[in-house]
Amino acid sequence: MKYLDEFRDQALAEPLLKELHKSVTKPFRVMEVCGTHTMSIFRSGLRTLLPESIELISGPGCPVCVTSASHIDAILAMAERENTRIALFGDLFRVPGSNGLSLANASSQGAKVDIVYSPMDCLTLAKKYPDDLIIFLGVGFETTTPGIAATILAAKNSKIDNFTVFSTHKVMPPPLIALLDDPELQIDGLLCPGHVSTIIGAAAYEPLAEKYGLACVVGGFEPADILQALILLARQIGKGEARVENAYTRAVKWEGNSRAQQMARNIFEPVDMEWRGLGVIPESGLAIREEYSHFDVEKRLNIELIPAVEPKGCRCGEILKGKEIPSQCPLFGKRCTPGNPIGPCMVSSEGTCAAFYKYAK
Amino acid sequence: MKPGNTILLDHGSGGIASQELISQIFLKHLDNSILASLEDSAVMDNHPGQLAFSTDSYVVDPIFFPGGDIGTLAVHGTVNDLAMRGAKPLCLSLGLILEEGFDLDDLERVIISVAECSKSANVPIVTGDTKVVPKGKCDKIFINTSGIGIVPENVSVSSTMAKEGDVIILSGSMGDHGITIMTRRAGIRLDGNLASDSAALHELVALLLDRLPTGSLHTLRDPTRGGVATSLNEIAGAAGLAIEIDDQAIPVKPEVRAACEIMGLDPLYLANEGKCLALVAADSATEALQLMQSTTVGADAAIIGKLKAGKPGQVTLRTAIGGTRIITPLHGEPLPRIC
Repeated sequence: MKYLDEFRDQALAEPLLKELHKSVTKPFRVMEVCGTHTMSIFRSGLRTLLPESIELISGPGCPVCVTSASHIDAILAMAERENTRIALFGDLFRVPGSNGLSLANASSQGAKVDIVYSPMDCLTLAKKYPDDLIIFLGVGFETTTPGIAATILAAKNSKIDNFTVFSTHKVMPPPLIALLDDPELQIDGLLCPGHVSTIIGAAAYEPLAEKYGLACVVGGFEPADILQALILLARQIGKGEARVENAYTRAVKWEGNSRAQQMARNIFEPVDMEWRGLGVIPESGLAIREEYSHFDVEKRLNIELIPAVEPKGCRCGEILKGKEIPSQCPLFGKRCTPGNPIGPCMVSSEGTCAAFYKYAK
Repeated sequence: MKPGNTILLDHGSGGIASQELISQIFLKHLDNSILASLEDSAVMDNHPGQLAFSTDSYVVDPIFFPGGDIGTLAVHGTVNDLAMRGAKPLCLSLGLILEEGFDLDDLERVIISVAECSKSANVPIVTGDTKVVPKGKCDKIFINTSGIGIVPENVSVSSTMAKEGDVIILSGSMGDHGITIMTRRAGIRLDGNLASDSAALHELVALLLDRLPTGSLHTLRDPTRGGVATSLNEIAGAAGLAIEIDDQAIPVKPEVRAACEIMGLDPLYLANEGKCLALVAADSATEALQLMQSTTVGADAAIIGKLKAGKPGQVTLRTAIGGTRIITPLHGEPLPRIC
C-alpha cells in the first residue's frame, strides 16, 4: 500500500536503526506526545529494537484519555434524557465516568448511542431521527476540530435544528507548557505529534524549543518516520541544540493548514478546560462561539459540569504526565484491563496503558 | 417491500399460516425426504466413529453483504465448527426467529442461500423450527443451526493435541469477513472488492485427513469472532506452549489492509468465516500447505508461524521491521478509532 509499505520496510528500517545507534552519543529522554506514536512504537515492535540509552515517555496526546471524569459524567447524564441520541467516535464508548459506568452500560440500559466514523454522519442521523436531539461528543485535538467546525457550519447552512455538539475539544501546546513547567519532568526532547502538526504546523513548537531548551522534531507514524525523527532528536541532543525540525514533510508544512485553522477559529474560541490527570489548564480547550450557540448542547440544555473524583488507585494522571509507567499502577493488568477499564488510559487503543497491556504486558 | 408480503405473527402460530410458510418457502428450497416427512424429529442411520455435535446462532447485521448473507454463515459456520474437530458433517438443524414485519422476499432469499450452501456442502437440513416475535423484539431474522458430524476412527484433532515444533498454517487471507461487515455498519462505502470469505471448509479438512500421514494434523481452529489473534491465544493456552508468528507471512488482502488503516483496526482481530488455522507436524507442513493451496478455499494458504517452547499461552509476532510484540486475545468488540 502506497505511503505505508515503504515506511514499514525492514530494508529501510535496518539502516535507519544503525544510524540511530550511531547518532546516540549520550542517554536521553524523549516524550512522544501523541497517542498514535505510542501505539505505533509498540505495534511495530520498535521498542524492542531501540538503543537502551533512549528513554521514551508517553505524553498527554490521547484525546479520549484526557477527557475528564466530570465530562464523562455529564455525557452519561445526557444519554439518559428522553428523545436524545448520543453520537461518538468509537473509542469513547467504554470510557468510565466517576461511578465506573460507561456509555456501553448506558446503551445496554436503552440509551440511544451511535458510533460514527465522521461527524458529518450526525447530520444523516439528525434527518433520520427528527424527534431526537443528536448530541455529538466533540473530543479531540486540532486534527479533529476543523471537521467538526465544518459539520456545525453545514448544519447551520442546511437549517438542521436537532444537531448539537458537546465540545470538550482541546488544543495541544498549552498542556505541553503545563508539563514542561513541572520541574520534576526532566526531558531532553519532544517527538511532536504528526497529525496535530498537519493543522498547526511545525512552527508552533518554536516557542517551546526556545523557552525550555528542547529539541523538537515533528514525526510521522510509520516505523521509518519515527526512526528518522529519533535520529534528528539524537543529533540535536548530542550537540546541545534546541530547535524545531520537521521529519514528516510529506504531510506537515512549516506554517500548517491555514484554511483548517481558520475554519476552527470561525466556530470555536479558546476556553479554560479540565484535563484528566492534569487539572484545569488555561485556554487549553475550545468552546463553540456565541454565534453558533444553537449547536452548543451545554448552552441549549444548560448543562453544568459537576466536579468528579478520579477512580481510587488509578494512576492515569501520573502516567499522562509521563511521571510513571503503567506497570507502576496498582490496578494495571489486575482490576484494570482493556475488557474492564478503570482509567481512561486503558480504554482508547491509543492510551498508554492499553498499549502497554496489549503489546508489552 | 410490497404491503402484505411480510411476516405476520400468524406465521409463527403453528396453524395454517405456518404450514403455508413451510410449504411455500422452506420445503420449496430445502427439500429432502427426511425434512419433508415433517415429523417431530429427524431419524437417521447410524455411522461408525464418534459423534461430533455443535451449535451456533447468527444475528449478523446487515443480513445481506458482499460475499454472503446470514444464510450462508448459518450453514458454513456450523459445518466448519464440526470440521474443526475432524468430523465429516452429516446434517444440520435450522431454527429461525423472525421479526413481525420482516419481508417475505428477504426471507426467501436467505432460505435460498441456506439451500444452496447446504446442497453444495452436501450437508442436508433435516429438521427445523420457526418462531415469530412482535416487531422490535428481534432484528429482522435470527438463525440457529446445530450440526451432527462423524469423526472417523483414527482421527483425533483438538487444541490439546498441538505439539512443540508444530507449524501453523492459515488457509487464506485474514479479516475479509469482519472488515466487510464493519465498513457496512459504519456506512463507509469503499470501492474495491471487499467481500466476506463465507465458505465451508470440511472438504479441505477431509483432504488433509485423507492425504497427510495419520496423526500429523494436530489442531484445527476457525478464527471467527476474535480473529486469528484470539484463536492463536486459545491454542497456545490449551497446548501450554508459546506461539511465534511472522507479520510478513500472514496473508491480508490489500483492500482489507486499506480499510483497516482507515478505520484504525487490526486485521488480526477481525472475524473470518471461511478460514482455518491448522497445526501440523513440521515434517508434514509443506505437504499440508500444498494440499490446501490445491483447493479453491485454501488457494492463498500460508505458513504463518510455529508452536515453540516458551511462556505457556504467550503469542508473539515478529513485525515487518524485525521487532517483536505480544499478541493478546481480543478485549471487547473492535471499535473504529478517533485518530
